[in-house]
Amino acid sequence: MQAFLDIFDIYLLEAVINGILLGGVLALLALGLNLIFGVIDVTWICYAELVMIGMYAMYFMVQYYGVSYFVAAPLTILLVAILGAALHYLVIAPLLTAPPINQLLATGGVLFVLQSFATVAFGIDFRNLGIRLPVLALGDMNFSYARLLSFLAALVGMVAVYLFMTRTFTGTAIRAISQDRQIMALMGVDTKRIYLITSAIGGGLAGLAACLLVLQYDVHPFVGLSFGPITFLICVLGGLGNFIGGFIAAFVFAEIISLGGLFSDLEWGYVLAFAFFIVMMFIRPAGLLARRR
Amino acid sequence: MMGQGRLAAWGIGLAALVALPFVYRDPYHLHILVLILIWSFAYTSWSMMGRFGLVSLGHGGFMGIGAYVTALLWNHLGVSPWIGIPVSMVAAGALALIVGYPCFRFRITGHYFVLVTLALSGIVLQVITATRDYTGGSLGYTPNRTSGNKLLALQFDDKITWYLIALGVWLFGIVVWHWVDRSMSRYALEAISEDEDAAAAAGVDVTAEKLKITLLSALMTALAGAIYCQYQMFITPDTVSGIAVSLQMVFAAIVGGLFVSLGPTFGAVITILLAETLRIGFGTKAVGWDNLVYGVLLVLFIIFLPKGILGSVLDRLKPQRKVPRAHEQEAVQIARPGT
Repeated sequence: MQAFLDIFDIYLLEAVINGILLGGVLALLALGLNLIFGVIDVTWICYAELVMIGMYAMYFMVQYYGVSYFVAAPLTILLVAILGAALHYLVIAPLLTAPPINQLLATGGVLFVLQSFATVAFGIDFRNLGIRLPVLALGDMNFSYARLLSFLAALVGMVAVYLFMTRTFTGTAIRAISQDRQIMALMGVDTKRIYLITSAIGGGLAGLAACLLVLQYDVHPFVGLSFGPITFLICVLGGLGNFIGGFIAAFVFAEIISLGGLFSDLEWGYVLAFAFFIVMMFIRPAGLLARRR
Repeated sequence: MMGQGRLAAWGIGLAALVALPFVYRDPYHLHILVLILIWSFAYTSWSMMGRFGLVSLGHGGFMGIGAYVTALLWNHLGVSPWIGIPVSMVAAGALALIVGYPCFRFRITGHYFVLVTLALSGIVLQVITATRDYTGGSLGYTPNRTSGNKLLALQFDDKITWYLIALGVWLFGIVVWHWVDRSMSRYALEAISEDEDAAAAAGVDVTAEKLKITLLSALMTALAGAIYCQYQMFITPDTVSGIAVSLQMVFAAIVGGLFVSLGPTFGAVITILLAETLRIGFGTKAVGWDNLVYGVLLVLFIIFLPKGILGSVLDRLKPQRKVPRAHEQEAVQIARPGT
């Protein structure tokens, strides 16, 4: 083991593995967004702000009311799922027949609302959960348990969604709608109900991501801006609505950020990832795995 | 096209605007007016593209380049803003072409276009933050005060000069708008925004037309950023670049009305007055409230009044004159599902 590790630069390997762990959470975020795009054909610009609200929910339940983390987590997921459904019902549903750009801008308005709601209600202080998880030392490398836990939970969440989509009737209907939204209504599927369920699942995934991110990052009203844009880029890079593409793109992005951060500042990792994204858009405009139409 | 009466109304309105600072000198109100004019110009620049369905969230990036390049050239190389502003505009224009050409060439439209431009403003924000040794990072940046010629440094202490400069720049934006409005490109771009393939089949050079309007829009936005920087003498990445500024432009343009020349100006008046009223009325307790109101209004406007306040009012006033354009109308979208 040690001989094997010596071949590589130990920090390089550590950065690669940390990248993979970061990729797990990003993939989870991308999955929720992709689900909503694939089924309802809407981009929730405010997706990361739903995560932010979820992080605040976790913070208040765990810190203020002393609820155990594992009780608070399902409640948060439920809360954000309800928020997602409400967002669809109040904002998206009246705009379903409007030009797609209007739907996107309306969720941009929701982004403002959620951000400033958090500013007004919770202030602009940075808050953290106060849970310090130990660090796992493997050889000379250090990995935080928080990241490992997030990675595993994200994987579990994704598998659960996969099973739901392939094994249940509702899941099948959701996949069918994403293939042809006009015909499915004729087949006796209640599209409105499916849209609501999809939005709730998308919100639930944001809630799960919130439970995991709150372990690693401080929460403040603008925390959404630090991982929101990257989530959209992942979805576009993978092809909006393409689950597997989004999954792969999440890890590609996470590695770029992690390795870029190793050689220079973390911001340059992000700059590199953004630049990579723009270059990729020109090489594969419809996403990594898209078939040329 | 423009009647005698309307021309006269414009003339009188302009004369009143020019005369205003010599009659009324309250510095605070003049300051608000200057801000309104500068932001109106930025919003008008955004609407140049936005009205043709080219919704960009990258304009925060262009504005940031305009502001930071001008300030950096002045502080580090001593280049006068008179040269620095054109340089910064060229830089923003070059970036617009680099990103725009492939986008339009490969038919990146709709959601994809929005998200690519979002990446653009993200890059500019992160680059400004990452090069904090030069730009001061998120702490902000101040152009050095000049000890010599104020005109050469484009730094003026009195508000009246700035008011007249901002008025001139704003008027320039409105003139460019009308110039585009009367050009062939407008018809080409309207055709493109309705159906790109059909427009191409009818002989419209889709890529070239989109690039022209994008370049124009980016150049003007960079100018707005540079003027804002020279006026405020303090810029931070968050006030002149990034997704928040981009969204703010979209919001104001939509509230005012995207499809009429004074719509973005109207949007700027409403948003800045709202923010100032809340700030004066509630002080520091109001932190966040202005954006909360913005956000709610934005959602309501998009659902109930997609043409904006001024656009809807003008439509109401003369319904017989205006032939409805499909890309401003929801009904057509319902009639053609799947487009």
